[in-house]
Amino acid sequence: MDLVIIFIGAALINNFVLSYFLGICPFIGVSSKITSAVSMGIAVIFVMTITAVVSWSVNNLILIPFGLDYLTIPSFILIIASLVQFVEMVIKKVSTAIYRALGIFLPLITTNCAILGLALFASMREYSLIQSVVFALGAGSGFMLALIIMAGIREELELANVPEPFKGVPITLIVAGLLALSFMGFAGII
Amino acid sequence: MKKPVSLTQEYIKGLWEINPIFKQILGMCPTLAVTVSAINGLAMGLATTFVLVFSSVIISSIRKIVPSQVRIATYILIISTFVTIVDLVMKAKFPELSKALGPFIPLIVVNCIILGRAEAFASRNNVLRSFLDALGNGSGFLIALLVLGSIREMLGTRTIFGVQVLPNQFTPWMVMILPAGAFITLGLLLGFANAFTKWQEQKNKKSVLVR
Repeated sequence: MDLVIIFIGAALINNFVLSYFLGICPFIGVSSKITSAVSMGIAVIFVMTITAVVSWSVNNLILIPFGLDYLTIPSFILIIASLVQFVEMVIKKVSTAIYRALGIFLPLITTNCAILGLALFASMREYSLIQSVVFALGAGSGFMLALIIMAGIREELELANVPEPFKGVPITLIVAGLLALSFMGFAGII
Repeated sequence: MKKPVSLTQEYIKGLWEINPIFKQILGMCPTLAVTVSAINGLAMGLATTFVLVFSSVIISSIRKIVPSQVRIATYILIISTFVTIVDLVMKAKFPELSKALGPFIPLIVVNCIILGRAEAFASRNNVLRSFLDALGNGSGFLIALLVLGSIREMLGTRTIFGVQVLPNQFTPWMVMILPAGAFITLGLLLGFANAFTKWQEQKNKKSVLVR
């Protein structure tokens, strides 16, 4: 039950993009087409889950027992950077089809603050290993959901008559604001 | 060879011409997340400027000895060192602010402004210029955060920096201190900034024609 709450909480109620403002750059950058939004979403879920496992292990098995908490930030960022590189290499070897679909999005993920945010939140809330993994899956799905909804709206927006200075990023932000308002309705679920 | 830019210009350009928020659209996440009040915006702006200035100076001073293959990793390590310093100092000296900003202080590491300036400017310019460029960009970021934070705090709670500025008859707009308010306010501000830039360009064109 506890795990269900963590999942729904991370995916809908405290959606990473719409209520924590994590991962705004890819949210604005990659949300103009539904197909690329799906690819980016899958890549993020994938990297997030692995990051959750590795960062939990490093934090609880190395940093905390040896009293090295002050190294949390550099070690998390190094973990994410090397993990993304590693995942990219593995995918390239295993399947060229997946690599072609996700290829360009993987390097972008390194600087996606949603990933580092996930690792930091999980360590701040002192989640267990399983809780962290569920949290990562929830946050990743929430990110993908927001990205896909946004991409759908933006495809329609291309045809809309938007005032000249508001074209592009400004109108995207305003739409995101309205989306955030509607996501507030999920707060009643739990 | 580009004609050399004056040192003051190196600082000034960050304030508006290449303002990280309004012009480059970098570092959106902290901008949206912490600007619930003006004081949070100020704290975040100062913290980011500190990290930006120090990491730019260090990166610029070692730019000739870092092999280009590992430069990004080196930059990230330097940046995260300074972020750790800020995080620990904030926790010790300003526990309340540190709690309000939460994970967004550690998240300065992945703020694209810092890595962006390191890669685009500090890695190919001398220390003094990098220092001024970082200070300019930091100030531009700080100004944007202050404006956004003040607007949201004013409309959301009738105050700026905790001082009441709107009369009691004004009903606070709750939406302004919610995440939705952040997106909408920044969207409108960016739109107005674009409109202003266009207007300026047209004015310049006209004055050239008159001459």
